[in-house]
Amino acid sequence: MTGRAQIPRPADHAHGDRQPARLEAAQKVTGRARYSADVSLPGALWVAIVRSPHPHARVLSVATSRAEELPGVVAVLDDVDLRGATAEPMTWYEEEVPFFPHPGTPDEAFVRYVGDEVLAIAAIDQRTAEDGAAAVVVGYEILPHVSDVLESLGSDAPRIHPSGNQVGEIDVIERGRAPEQDAPVVVERVYRTPIAIHNALESHVTTAWWEDDQVSLHTSTQAVNDVREIMAERLGLGHNQVRVVAEHVGGGFGAKQVPWKPAMIAALMSRKTGRPVHVIPDRRSENLAHGKRNATVQRVRVAASSDGRLRSIEAELIADIGAYVMGGEASSLAGPYLHLYACPHVRTASRRVYTNTGPAVAFRAPGYVEATFALESAMDELAGRLAIDPIELRRRNYTERDQQKDRPWSSPRALMRSYERVAEVAGWGRDGAARSRARSNGAPARPGVKAGLGFAAHGWRGGSAQPPGEAWVEMNADGSVHLMAAVQDIGTGTRTVLTQLVADLLGIEPTLVRLTIGDTAAGPSGPASAGSTTTPTMAPAVVAAASDARRRLLDAAAARLGVDAGRLRLHDRAITTIDRSCEPLEVSTLLAELSPESIRGHGSLLKAGALAGHDYPAVGGQDVSVHTFGSAIAEVEVDTLTGEIRVCRLVVAPDCGRILNEAMAESQVIGGATQGIGFALTEEQVFDHSLGIALNDGLEGYLVPTISDTCPIVHAAVDLPDYGANSLGVKGIGEQPIVAVPAAIANAVHDAIGIRFTELPLTRKRVLDALHSGMLDEPATESP
Amino acid sequence: MARDERVGDVVLDVNGQRHTLAVEGRRTLAETLRDDLGLTGTKESCGMGNCGACTVLIDDDAVYSCLVLTAECDVGSGRPSRIETIEHLADGQAMHPLQQAFVDCDALQCGMCTPGQILSLEALRRAVPQPRRCQIETAIQGNLCRCGAYRHILQAAVQALGSRP
Repeated sequence: MTGRAQIPRPADHAHGDRQPARLEAAQKVTGRARYSADVSLPGALWVAIVRSPHPHARVLSVATSRAEELPGVVAVLDDVDLRGATAEPMTWYEEEVPFFPHPGTPDEAFVRYVGDEVLAIAAIDQRTAEDGAAAVVVGYEILPHVSDVLESLGSDAPRIHPSGNQVGEIDVIERGRAPEQDAPVVVERVYRTPIAIHNALESHVTTAWWEDDQVSLHTSTQAVNDVREIMAERLGLGHNQVRVVAEHVGGGFGAKQVPWKPAMIAALMSRKTGRPVHVIPDRRSENLAHGKRNATVQRVRVAASSDGRLRSIEAELIADIGAYVMGGEASSLAGPYLHLYACPHVRTASRRVYTNTGPAVAFRAPGYVEATFALESAMDELAGRLAIDPIELRRRNYTERDQQKDRPWSSPRALMRSYERVAEVAGWGRDGAARSRARSNGAPARPGVKAGLGFAAHGWRGGSAQPPGEAWVEMNADGSVHLMAAVQDIGTGTRTVLTQLVADLLGIEPTLVRLTIGDTAAGPSGPASAGSTTTPTMAPAVVAAASDARRRLLDAAAARLGVDAGRLRLHDRAITTIDRSCEPLEVSTLLAELSPESIRGHGSLLKAGALAGHDYPAVGGQDVSVHTFGSAIAEVEVDTLTGEIRVCRLVVAPDCGRILNEAMAESQVIGGATQGIGFALTEEQVFDHSLGIALNDGLEGYLVPTISDTCPIVHAAVDLPDYGANSLGVKGIGEQPIVAVPAAIANAVHDAIGIRFTELPLTRKRVLDALHSGMLDEPATESP
Repeated sequence: MARDERVGDVVLDVNGQRHTLAVEGRRTLAETLRDDLGLTGTKESCGMGNCGACTVLIDDDAVYSCLVLTAECDVGSGRPSRIETIEHLADGQAMHPLQQAFVDCDALQCGMCTPGQILSLEALRRAVPQPRRCQIETAIQGNLCRCGAYRHILQAAVQALGSRP
């Protein structure tokens, strides 16, 4: 089951596995790659947005006349425009609150976090628009606010929405019955994770222009198709009246899978002014108003037998979702507790809580990163209490089944394979000998520096297919090929992998395949790049499309040659019979003869029968759950004098089924692991709760990893095809590599200095405080 | 808060060509390069000198163009004024060794930081032939890559600059 798997391909295929380098790399290194802010249109305007400076207030009045008098200011877009923009007043977020507050209508005039949008100004350039925004006078009635998630649940907390501060009911999921007797070993603690900010280097940019009854949006998105549909529906237009283009996207990480207000402001401002409009949020706006990873408070109780077998996992989970509920991929804190281990009793109780902070949205494995830190810290502690090797403890609690749905995982041995790979590559012996060896190899350079090794496992509910997934493959008269699909490449390598698959199947060089993606006006619908679904969704569709084109080509050749199509083979742009009984027929000759008819293939994920484990038709009636798993080992050094933690080496082994392109997969792994270092050590949007403001809304204070914060990162590839997921055996890899890393680092820090941290990030201050108080290796008593 | 009306003519030397532009005193070099000269290979991400996406070369030094005023770059100012952007690095169709190494090592994902990373390394290359690894690291410490391609960027830099340990 190990080693490189081969793609199932036609028997006549003579080419080996080709894994091209990133297709658009040349464009990106030369500065030619075009992003949404790079689209230049004559007469374009720039937009600045007036935002609330208060965490909670009622807008009493808005005066724009001083702004409108400024030379260069062209238009104001406010609640009056929005009331008239569509048949129904324009609303936003799942609460359907007014898009801009309506002064004078007390119930519809609220702003609920610092950064909440009040109105927008368009001008001839960005600076003039900002001058205009600064000249707008807004009258506020300041209201009491609450920005801390636990305080927000207090009985005397200010009410953020009429429905209260908890979103819906507590979501309780319970499997099995609570054990009647106390287990011999219980680990119980309260873990906290911070607000983290995506900080994609390209903000939520949109360049829009409205022509007649249709609008084109060049927008930085992870979902051209979804944005088209949602924008059209909100604007009261047909889907075909909105065109969404995302040629290149400067990072997303989850925050760009639904349209945000800048896209709508750009569209409406363009309609109002009749000119193209750029909305380019600055860094502070981006980091306050366009998504965050929800902060969490997790009370976790893990009970086990003295041999380490789990008897019960209980978790009370609280997520800070900010002031509004944003759509898109949901954060699931319960998932890891329910799925990672064999356990007869699991109970999760999840609450989503409003605060007067920016809205949360999916961020690379949303919920799983946060919950995995807690669960895997607890498992590490359990291993320590029982003096069982941490990986051995996981083996003892291994499950091949989805215990919630009582059916097997699609790739039931993948996690075990990950344990083996990560241990082998990191030199982690089951007897612990390799651990001490690794530690002495990384001998501390200075007194006071202590080294440690830490392990963590993870699951992730994503990685399987998510429709729509369709593709067209067209063969040109010269035999070159054009692939089209309205899917996007946000830097993950989608272009490269899809092109590779088509070239492979048609037996031509990847350079002969051109593809058009990232444009809803070119090609059929594709999925959002979310949930690590793009490759498992699009790969089967693209293979189906190329197979369809190939079949049509061979049928045409069969008619021309008077032989049975089954006897033909396609190789190197020529068709011959298998026994070579006739002269090779050049594909281009055949296509020229067929002209003006052309060969077109259509492929659909659903027709490819590629879905399993979802609420969609499964392949061959397989009754499995598609899931992805993995594990990581971190090596750290902790300087007990300065509190600095250095991650020295990371080994990461995510299961993504069959790996299509090793270079693209490795880039995802080092990228995700690097973000994991940031989440573990430095990243937190810090709030002053008395003022309700973020203290570090820019990159000078919010510390994303630099090159000097990284370390050698090894991808211990699992590469086990998952044919339960689809006929190609491929799953996604985008989100997985981050998930286990923060927990592995925290466990390594415990190994180094004996302190069990329950709150991220592991800042120098937290490390020094813990060292100085000589504490923390006993259960917390704090109550959420 | 009135708009800055002090508009003056500035002569810029960008990628070996002279441009005479009327610019506001507050206009930054990043804005001028992108919006006036159409050189959108220079990316702007934070606008305040934290991320390095807008890095360009001025007289062979890597600078954040979002922190430089266009008027400061006038060729008659007596200040460093020979500006180079990512568009100038390749020799016709032949990529610069740093660009080629970034392609070879997959030292990029979304690509927004890539022009800045390459230009910071090019400034190092011009100043220090065969730099040490730690010098490479220092050269790009001010260039954030949120996709986390750093390990491949390091490989690419070592490949292109022939660095010593």
